[in-house]
Amino acid sequence: MPTVLILGATSDIGVAIAKKFASEKFDVLLAARKPEQLKPLESDIRIRYGVSCSSVKFDALQYTTHNDFFHGLDPKPDVSVCVFGILDDEDQAFDDWSLTERMIHTNYTGAVSILNVIAKDYIAQKKGTIIGISSVAGDRGRASKLIYASAKAAFTVYLAGLRNKCFKDHVHVMTVQPGFVYTKMTENQPLPKPITSTPVQVADIIYNAYLKKKNVVYVKWFWKYIMLVIQAIPEFQFKKMKL
Amino acid sequence: MKKQIANWGNYPVIESNEESFSYPEQLQELLSRDEIFIPRGNGRCYGDASLAKTTISTLKFDKILSFDRSAGIFECQSGLTLDQILDVIVPAGWFLPVTPGTKFITVGGAVASDVHGKNHHIDGSFSNHILEMDVVLAAGDTITCTPLENPDLFESTCGGMGLTGIISRVVFGLKKMETSYIRQKQVKAGNLEELIRLFDEYQGYTYSVAWIDCLKKGPHFGRSILMLGEHAEIKDLDDRQKRNPLKLPRKKQINFPFNLPSWVLNAFTVKTFNFLFYSKNLKKEINNVIGYEPFFYPLDAILHWNRGYGKKGFVQYQFVIPLDAEKGLVEILNRISDKGLGSFLAVLKVFGKQESIISFPREGYTLALDFPVRDGLLEFLDELDLVVLQYGGRIYMSKDARMKPDILQHGYPDLKKFKDIVRKYNPDGRIRSIQSDRLFLTTN
Repeated sequence: MPTVLILGATSDIGVAIAKKFASEKFDVLLAARKPEQLKPLESDIRIRYGVSCSSVKFDALQYTTHNDFFHGLDPKPDVSVCVFGILDDEDQAFDDWSLTERMIHTNYTGAVSILNVIAKDYIAQKKGTIIGISSVAGDRGRASKLIYASAKAAFTVYLAGLRNKCFKDHVHVMTVQPGFVYTKMTENQPLPKPITSTPVQVADIIYNAYLKKKNVVYVKWFWKYIMLVIQAIPEFQFKKMKL
Repeated sequence: MKKQIANWGNYPVIESNEESFSYPEQLQELLSRDEIFIPRGNGRCYGDASLAKTTISTLKFDKILSFDRSAGIFECQSGLTLDQILDVIVPAGWFLPVTPGTKFITVGGAVASDVHGKNHHIDGSFSNHILEMDVVLAAGDTITCTPLENPDLFESTCGGMGLTGIISRVVFGLKKMETSYIRQKQVKAGNLEELIRLFDEYQGYTYSVAWIDCLKKGPHFGRSILMLGEHAEIKDLDDRQKRNPLKLPRKKQINFPFNLPSWVLNAFTVKTFNFLFYSKNLKKEINNVIGYEPFFYPLDAILHWNRGYGKKGFVQYQFVIPLDAEKGLVEILNRISDKGLGSFLAVLKVFGKQESIISFPREGYTLALDFPVRDGLLEFLDELDLVVLQYGGRIYMSKDARMKPDILQHGYPDLKKFKDIVRKYNPDGRIRSIQSDRLFLTTN
């Protein structure tokens, strides 16, 4: 049976992706900073889907542990999904460098660190799939998502570069650009219902896109066009807008 | 997040700040905010029992913790819904020990309402099958309780409408079955007397419930269909069913896309519906083998069927009166039919014996009816309350949105004991709902 690794498995989207792959008969490796939180999900996945499931400690900010973390996995995953990310209060982060730094390092540096390790291994094996969950926020910088959006923008560019680098070695890299999703991260924001997805919808779309080997997927599809419109606004105008 | 919420009756609708948690640490953080709140599951109680200015949703706390396939013991977090449990246990040859008429309720909700099913006279209510559970108090402590360990907390959490704390983990026993099919018998009764005789005659059946046409007057007053069922054995199945005796039904649901205008439901349309429902059974008796889904959950096939009652919503009214108070049943049905305030669903069932502090079921006849919200309805239900009390009965809090406090007090003799236990475990009174305040359960 193939195996999927979920980096950031305590997040709402991480849980949904883990369940989706398990329902398609993947064995599941769950990884998160607090692995003890993953025990209920572990039993849930085993009992519901009859696949094997285990959890491991993974801390995105402990870069030096990433190599040992990945090479200690048994079995090695066929698909690695990078879901972790944080969104702190941007106003507080603007005043407090430690928050800004943590947001950048979690959303970008940590992701690059672990995906470099995984990509190297996949290239050597000449197979494997990397799925990175970025954000439409990274498609254009704006005041209300100052640091988060810039870190996600960097991550999106990294994934595009990695896709290019890995292509000749038959390693597939998929970028996922979710729009609004109902999660813990967005719980206190009023989200417009018609363009907001549930984590389960995100997971279904990701799985289907994985089967079709898509390069870049927007969740839901119309976000691609929403972001095209937003990107088309001239900067002299955009800078005056409250977004 | 602030949003408009309502339970299944769409009455009342309130603005609430809805919080949720996936991990115990997140729940602790929510509790440390010192707010007044009520725990909430899937919002399938009918009235205002799980409504408050702040609600803590258990829906993300929904993991299966263990399932012993040989002993039939299931352990899960409280936000898991029964439909998800069925997906896992049915193929393994097990069934819910007790199930209400919808599978879209959480396990926490099943405990808090101490739900009953068509098998109450044989198997009791849901709480009869709980082996152990955890309750998180408002102060943050998690207390494990069983009928023997912290029994006062156990007994007042079962049927306690969430007022003792947040039910976080439940372990319960399942029912063994050979197939996922039900051997069903439907018997027509020409009037109420005949129905009551039939209930008696068929009391050995595990599952029994009757649908009553409550608008019919005269000699056919109380005409009804009694629906009986047993879990089918392999020998009862036809060749096609035998290929996969523990088959899970395919998921298909029709959506009720919008609220029907309120005028659609009137005495004429309801009479027509009831006539068709009764007349579709041409024979006096029907015997067949059907899947568990149409037998237990006929209405779950239509998502949002509550919209059929219009934007103003509806009130469900369910009471139980002792077996010797058959006259009360007649009187109440008469009043409803005189008023012409009929409902699609009037469901009659016989409860077996049950002793509990705050759970609804007790030995007797229980009747459940839907009434669309109209002018004069609340006054009419107040009248019915008095009749129910007069015959020594009581009202089900899970369905209630309007009862007066003294009606509750007279119907539940152990109410003071219940309030004392709630206060013992939550001395600062932070867990309360619109219902509990209305019924003086949580006011000092």
